[in-house]
Amino acid sequence: MRWIWIDKFVEFERGRRAVSVKNVTLAEEHLHDHVPGYPLHPPALMIEGMAQTGGVLVGEAFDFQEKVVLAKVTRAVFHRHVRPGDQIRLEAVVQGEVRSEGAGIEGRITCNGLLVAEIEMMFAHLDQSRVPLDLDEENFVFTEDFIRMLRMRNLGQLPPPEPGGA
Amino acid sequence: MALSRDEITEKVREALVDALGVDEGEVVATARIGADLGAESIDYLDIVFRLEKAFNIKIPRGDLFPDNVLTSEEFVQNGKLTDRGLAELKARMPYADLAQFEKNPNVQDIADLFTVEMIVRYVEGKLGGAGA
Repeated sequence: MRWIWIDKFVEFERGRRAVSVKNVTLAEEHLHDHVPGYPLHPPALMIEGMAQTGGVLVGEAFDFQEKVVLAKVTRAVFHRHVRPGDQIRLEAVVQGEVRSEGAGIEGRITCNGLLVAEIEMMFAHLDQSRVPLDLDEENFVFTEDFIRMLRMRNLGQLPPPEPGGA
Repeated sequence: MALSRDEITEKVREALVDALGVDEGEVVATARIGADLGAESIDYLDIVFRLEKAFNIKIPRGDLFPDNVLTSEEFVQNGKLTDRGLAELKARMPYADLAQFEKNPNVQDIADLFTVEMIVRYVEGKLGGAGA
């Protein structure tokens, strides 16, 4: 199983803004288990989808060389349910700019033009941490497989992965 | 139009409330960002972003919260800042009140210098001493 909660990118402005979409379907098992008898796309997975949209936006700004991790969810407010058959649109906008230490994003999720959620989150570049961590050189966040998958999912700006590189 | 100190303080308070999820009443001048308001490492970056946006200023890495003064043996020995270390800290943080810290400059107490008042002074300096 892959832990990916967005289907594709539909807009991408390097270092500034990204928009992804996710189609919600009853074929997804978790919809049956989250609230039995009332299938919903769980808000926690919408936060994860925003983290993936924003994480790729932040990672791409430095050519996926940094280990970008979700460091905190500053704010998450949900306004309406997302049901099977819905397509949600996840828009992440970088606050200011992507810096050497990391970045913050402001996110909005909509469905048919209606506001579903407002989410703010922070991403850190692990190797630039104030407290140095003993990490491998290999980028375990943006692996070659992950970047290949991103290209398949319509992130046209991405260059082909370097053979053997991250 | 130049902002008054009260206006700067209010915007700083707003940034800290949003970044740290604390109540407005907790954000008093003497409150320490870490020990009193609960900021963790990523929160410092969040605060920097919010201040940049609120005041339309640029805050280079390490400018507000110096993060590399303590890595040199020249500046730190036996867990305390040397005279040169103190001089470096003063040069890097002219907006901080080091009077108490200087008496016993334990490295681990440096985080206590990061107070609400210190941020207000820093912003005042960035804005050209407005309201001072």
